[in-house]
Amino acid sequence: MPDLSINFAGIKSPNPFWLASAPPTNSGYQVMKAFDAGWGGAVWKTLGVPVVNVSSRYGGVNYRDKRLVGFNNIELISDRPLSHNLREIEEVKKRFPNHAVIASLMVQSRQEWHDIVRASQDAGVDGFELNFGCPHGMCERGMGSAVGQEPKVLQMIVEWVMEVAQKPVIVKLTPNISDITEPALAARRGGADAISLINTIQSIVGVDLDKFAPYPIVDGKGTNGGYCGPAVKPIALNMVKNCAQHPDIKLPISGIGGIENWRDAVEHILLGASSVQVCTAAMHFGFGIIREMTSGLEQYMMEKGFNTIYDMVGKALPNVLHWEDLNMKYKVTANINEDKCIGCQLCYTACEDGAHQAIKLNAGTRVPEIIEENCVGCNLCSLVCPVEQCITMEQTDSGTEHLTWKERTEAGTAPTEFEDEKAGGRHHWVPEPSAALGKERHKTLPGKARIINGETTVPAEA
Amino acid sequence: MAEFSTPTTEQQFAENFAQLKPVMNRTEALYESSRCLFCFDAPCIKACPSGIDIPQFIRQINSGNDTGAARTIYEANYFGNACGKVCPTEVLCEGACVYNLQEVKPIEIGRLQSFATTKVIKSGEKLFGPGADNGKKVAVIGAGPAGISAACELRSLGYGVDIYEAKAQPSGLTVYGVAPYKITNEETLAEMAYLQAQFGYNVHFNSAISSREELEKLEDKYDAIFLGIGLGKTNELGLPGEDKINCTGAVEFIAELRQHHHEVAVGRKVIVLGGGNTAMDAASESSRLGAENVILAYRRAKEEMGAYEFEYDLAKGVGVKGLFNVAPVEITGNGYVTGVKFIRTETKDGKVSEIAGSEFVEPCDMVIKATGQAKQTEFLGLIPGLKLDGKGRIIANAHTGQTSNPKYFASGDAWNGGAEVVNAAAEAKLTARGIHAYLSK
Ligand SMILES: Cc1cc2nc3c(=O)[nH]c(=O)nc-3n(C[C@H](O)[C@H](O)[C@H](O)COP(=O)(O)OP(=O)(O)OC[C@H]3O[C@@H](n4cnc5c(N)ncnc54)[C@H](O)[C@@H]3O)c2cc1C
Ligand SMILES: Cc1cc2nc3c(=O)[nH]c(=O)nc-3n(C[C@H](O)[C@H](O)[C@H](O)COP(=O)(O)O)c2cc1C
Ligand code: SF4
Ligand code: SF4
Ligand code: SF4
Repeated sequence: MPDLSINFAGIKSPNPFWLASAPPTNSGYQVMKAFDAGWGGAVWKTLGVPVVNVSSRYGGVNYRDKRLVGFNNIELISDRPLSHNLREIEEVKKRFPNHAVIASLMVQSRQEWHDIVRASQDAGVDGFELNFGCPHGMCERGMGSAVGQEPKVLQMIVEWVMEVAQKPVIVKLTPNISDITEPALAARRGGADAISLINTIQSIVGVDLDKFAPYPIVDGKGTNGGYCGPAVKPIALNMVKNCAQHPDIKLPISGIGGIENWRDAVEHILLGASSVQVCTAAMHFGFGIIREMTSGLEQYMMEKGFNTIYDMVGKALPNVLHWEDLNMKYKVTANINEDKCIGCQLCYTACEDGAHQAIKLNAGTRVPEIIEENCVGCNLCSLVCPVEQCITMEQTDSGTEHLTWKERTEAGTAPTEFEDEKAGGRHHWVPEPSAALGKERHKTLPGKARIINGETTVPAEA
Repeated sequence: MAEFSTPTTEQQFAENFAQLKPVMNRTEALYESSRCLFCFDAPCIKACPSGIDIPQFIRQINSGNDTGAARTIYEANYFGNACGKVCPTEVLCEGACVYNLQEVKPIEIGRLQSFATTKVIKSGEKLFGPGADNGKKVAVIGAGPAGISAACELRSLGYGVDIYEAKAQPSGLTVYGVAPYKITNEETLAEMAYLQAQFGYNVHFNSAISSREELEKLEDKYDAIFLGIGLGKTNELGLPGEDKINCTGAVEFIAELRQHHHEVAVGRKVIVLGGGNTAMDAASESSRLGAENVILAYRRAKEEMGAYEFEYDLAKGVGVKGLFNVAPVEITGNGYVTGVKFIRTETKDGKVSEIAGSEFVEPCDMVIKATGQAKQTEFLGLIPGLKLDGKGRIIANAHTGQTSNPKYFASGDAWNGGAEVVNAAAEAKLTARGIHAYLSK
């Protein structure tokens, strides 16, 4: 059995799965239940001066029949008195001494930071997470993402905390910034032990078409909120990677954003995270999802021969390059497996209208054909094809040549002028614009409409 | 043991004849519409005789535009709701859905279709209206799928339309012939009321046109006449004993069933003669009415039956037994039916021959003849210059519906010899355009 336990910047946990600071960690009751279910750690709902929340706090993004592919909230930090939270933290730590309990904190003055760090330490927390990420409600008061967006302020507050902290300090970063490495570097300069990312992304998840107000609606009005859930994973992964690859950050990373199953967690880990945090998925499906996450992770580690989490942390990083370092000699071409094709022709219309007119239809069959010389290998058709492994992208270059954009630029073979002969698309075949007109009317008009519109003279089966 | 107990109340009838394609709720419609791939040049559209833009209406349902979905459906087919429920979708749109090739359940197109149309029928939301009056008038004979569809389209083009219908209710065989587990009378008539409210044609019920004088009056009064008369009674078999009590035609039996539900009596042991879809329906219906034994007797082998496979499966599913390679020679009995005398047959080189000396009597107390509907040749003979083909079908141009008497146009069963509701609806829409082209010359 692989060993799932971690030691994250000095915080020990039986597995890398932590609940993120959010409603699932609002109380001792919930955290105990989560540990009972198998979670390795919990970052307590952010402590500070208790707030008052509005009613109607969440909004969701549904995709077709799938609910909550994206999720947003306009909640603030804990609305419970500090002493209640601390008493419950103590109780949880007594009952679960080997699990990680991390206090998420957000206050204003140096004195307040000192007081709350000391009080949490007394309650027995294993570490701290400084919430510099909340993108709504708190930032207007000079906290949360207002701090995360100001590296200097961020660094100063980290320094205040380090003055009294005797446990590891994690800085939680906001993604609402153009370069995530700047606040990460500030955290390091301030002396933080680790970073965690991402917090939620400023968002409006939808607008009510009858009430003309954004979701969630509070008495007819709404406000921007923080976006999270499966939809934000790609943004989180990229930011995790940016921090992990930066030569000067060199801090353990707790990956957060869109983690719902073991695969999502492994992706974060392969890009440099050494613990992962989950919020939306636990809010959607409850604590029980942890069983699938740990068993999936174990299975994967056994199959790959990884003994500990650290065998895989950052394992994909060497393969994430800058665009200019990619091999331009590599060439893939789409290939349709005729036996699998069901003839939906989505690949055809995608390439025809959205790519490079490199797929054609032939009379007498619904299976499209790739025009190899036009295919630029963009992958689009293989992405839209509804059948697994039906369109495969096959390597068609010799596999022996290697040339990057950087090398081309250095060698002076990169295009530099508007009419440059060296442009990639210079000799690529493109149909005449007017060839588009009426080309597919007989196929895009529904059956009877074709006839009623007098379009009965269509090619028999083109 | 009977599969079903004899229904004695409307509720029991509804249970025995539970809808095969019940109307979806919004959640089911959302889930199902989410699966549609939105194929390019979608094969389902091509397989629909009325060419409904299926991926379009499914996408409209998925994005919450149910009204738009209903509009898309009705633009192509005025019997949109009926077709969603009664079409043999297994061999039409759903049979063509690309998911079949992936061995995944095809999209339930019929039920999605009825989901959208039921909503506008219930709300009464107006989607269409008559066109500006062009001063011309068309008479429509028959208020079946063909007649009603022609009327809707003609009204939208600005014609005055009077429909003459022999029976008391509109929709033809949709309310008098189709199996009750496919569509209820209420659903059928609600769609008819919905269409009439929008297009405003006149229907004269209980007004069969049956003489030369009546036809002459129509010819004088109207600029064109549309024939949507469908087919006629069940064919006579010409067998001894066919006049015995409890020996009935399938079409007549089913018409009674649709109108009187559980009040229709069925025998304890029923023999249905025939191998087409109507035979399957009559057999299933007998079983659902509580018959203890239902035997489907067909002259040839099972594989040669004209019925769709799923229709036979449906009949088998309610306990119907098949008896193949038998030809009826006599209906036995004394006043009442007591059995059918059959002779066994064999098929050689595609020809059926009787096996001498193989006669036997299969006892029963009811015989239903599902041996095809006769053509209305006598009535059609009253129309000067109207030509029929060798099978008694009206000859008319496939694009315009115009017959050999230029004032007369035809669609539906009377022209195609007997197909489905969707064919009648689709043909009549085109024919209405044909009438318009003719009268606009
Ligand atoms: C038992 C049975 C089951 C069927 N099941 C299905 C099914 O499940 N799905 C499906 O799609 N199709 C089914 N069909 C076929 C379908 O009902 C027909 O194809 C369709 O109704 C044809 O429409 P129509 O308008 O041409 O004719 P009809 O529906 O027959 O309508 C003709 C109308 O004209 C009237 N009429 C006839 N002569 C005159 C006259 N001289 N004067 C005035 N009025 C007249 C009739 O009373 C009738 O109302 C079934 C048919 C039968 C017999
Ligand atoms: C393949 C691809 C290429 C793009 N190229 C450009 C571009 O050249 N200029 C630009 O302003 N945006 C470009 N975009 C961004 C889009 O215009 C758009 O802002 C973005 O995709 C978000 O919209 P969406 O969610 O509808 O895709 C590109 C997007 C894609 C998918
Ligand atoms: S890979 Fe891109 S260019 Fe090639 S066929 Fe597919 S969609 Fe067209
Ligand atoms: S998208 Fe896939 S299944 Fe559809 S036509 Fe193209 S290759 Fe065939
Ligand atoms: S064939 Fe099936 S998946 Fe494709 S558009 Fe039609 S219903 Fe949708």
